[in-house]
Amino acid sequence: MPEMRFGNAINKALSDAMAADPNVILLGEDIAAAGGPFKVTRSLADRFGVHRVYDTPISEAAIIGLGVGAAMTGLKPVVEIMFMDFVTLAMDQIVNQAAKARSMFGGQGSVPMTVRMPHGGGVSAGPQHSQCLEAWFAHVPGLKVLCPSNPADAYGLLRSAIDDPDPVIFVENKSLYAMKGEVPEDQGAIPIGKAAVVREGRDATIVAYGGVVSTAIKAAEELAKDAIDVEVLDLRSIQPWDEAAVLKSLSHTHRLVVAHEAVEAFGVGAEIVARIADVGFDELDGPIVRVGAPFAPVPFARSQEAEYRPTVNRIVSAIRRTLQ
Amino acid sequence: MSICPVPVEHLYESLLTIRRSEERLKSLFADGEVPGFVHLSIGQEAVPVGISASLRPSDTIASNHRGHGHALAKGIGLDGFFAEVMGRSTGICKGRGGSMHVADLSIGMLGANGIVGAGIPIAAGSALAHKVANTDHISVAYFGDGALAEGVLHETLNIASLWSLPMLFVCENNGWSEFSPTKRQMAASLEGLAAAFNIPYSKIDGNDVVIVAEAAARLIGKIRQGAGVQILECETTRVRGHFEGDKQDYREADELQGLNKRDPILNCRLRLEEAGRDETWFQEIEQKVADLIDGAVNQATAASEPDPMFLGEDVYTPFQEGAPNHA
Repeated sequence: MPEMRFGNAINKALSDAMAADPNVILLGEDIAAAGGPFKVTRSLADRFGVHRVYDTPISEAAIIGLGVGAAMTGLKPVVEIMFMDFVTLAMDQIVNQAAKARSMFGGQGSVPMTVRMPHGGGVSAGPQHSQCLEAWFAHVPGLKVLCPSNPADAYGLLRSAIDDPDPVIFVENKSLYAMKGEVPEDQGAIPIGKAAVVREGRDATIVAYGGVVSTAIKAAEELAKDAIDVEVLDLRSIQPWDEAAVLKSLSHTHRLVVAHEAVEAFGVGAEIVARIADVGFDELDGPIVRVGAPFAPVPFARSQEAEYRPTVNRIVSAIRRTLQ
Repeated sequence: MSICPVPVEHLYESLLTIRRSEERLKSLFADGEVPGFVHLSIGQEAVPVGISASLRPSDTIASNHRGHGHALAKGIGLDGFFAEVMGRSTGICKGRGGSMHVADLSIGMLGANGIVGAGIPIAAGSALAHKVANTDHISVAYFGDGALAEGVLHETLNIASLWSLPMLFVCENNGWSEFSPTKRQMAASLEGLAAAFNIPYSKIDGNDVVIVAEAAARLIGKIRQGAGVQILECETTRVRGHFEGDKQDYREADELQGLNKRDPILNCRLRLEEAGRDETWFQEIEQKVADLIDGAVNQATAASEPDPMFLGEDVYTPFQEGAPNHA
């Protein structure tokens, strides 16, 4: 099976989707000639031409709006927001326009648009280039939110996002771009809303997504030294999220930790925890523990940023807490 | 030299349909039959009627909160329109959008919009789709002078000009930005913005439907032939308040009294009288329009409100067998 970097898997998904469907176009700042700040869209303009791959001005609101109008007129636009932090400038077009169009127009049509955006820290990019804001979008009816943790999933989930008739927020953790992983030659689309068990275990379940999945696996390996057997569930899809898979894992382990890079307060973890405390209460043999960033902007200094993001130690401690 | 693309009689009937529809909405609103906010375009009808005279169903428009005229002129059915604005299950949007979100995608009406300026990039995106598909379809962005202060207009003017999109920016300049005069809100003019972004600009009397129709025919014809983006500023008149129930105590009595002198329907009627149309003809059109509106309102009134059981419907596109994204 060929190995591929995460960023190249996204490039391949875009390329294959464009080859499969002439209605797929790309819009974004510096994505054509320059290939984007992380080189994810490199070579696509050469292959498909400037009428499929658009270098846009630095106009986040307008380019998302263009995506909405193009999607309503028959195209399948994939819009890149250079850093997730910059989506603040385009919130009206995503939240009030893209997300609402299908419902408020009575189901007459939909907005088959994908918005790609890198999130997360690890490169000392500071408070305006490192945030994880996916919970905002998961909170808005009409949007779907995906966040892959490895190259194969990045490929398969992005193919699904582009094929999906509704607007999809596709979140890429920028610490993963260089990650290598196997991507099968025949890797197809991965269904939206389906989690994956990436490590089986019987003592506790960690639910994670994006960049934190590999941290959770390392934490599980650490705990295995003490004969604690941890199951790791990769959510893959945040909205909708796979409640059935979480409950199934919980029915084996009866202990739950939810870990993500985003701020812990009012986050994706809070929703999962609240829901499981309701529908999964009888399965729980310990408190559900969350691991997320502290309630502070993403720091710049390396020393602070390293501790800000979920560490192996913090996840290990969380598991130990729920096992007490 | 432009010529009017459709007979003036047709323009008159379309003007009258919008006017009488909104007058009916005005009284329905006063009677409590129309929920929410209603922004009437009485006095501004000549703009969408004149523009639509050169539009085809395959062309697209994106509208704003004062969008009844845009929707009706583009060809939305009166039955679905009234039922929607009255919040009935038989509305074109199943009663989920109301006045500010009327849309009919089957005729290229991509929606009225509750956010000032938000329809402008959507119209541009639609124009991009027309261009990518290599058609001669065009897209129209309708907006008021209040939207001149929105950043997304400036962003979209830039992109539309850079990419030579097949679109027409239509500003209905009524002088008012909600409750404030635009001259107190905006340091620049649309003409100045057009020059800044290198876009051809025309300004016309937006209350004369023949002038609007001729200007639109000229500009839309150029766009279809590949000339790219154009801006048309139409000076027009907002007779009613920002929304129904607005007493307009911020406007001078002189201004309010003078509004009817620029009435686009009277103006069009004078043209037709000069061309020989008699009182009987006008009465027949009046009756025809009244009957259609009565029928639509009666149907809407008799229709049920949407069942709360279905309020979660259409949030997402429903499951389709074989779709790759559904497990």
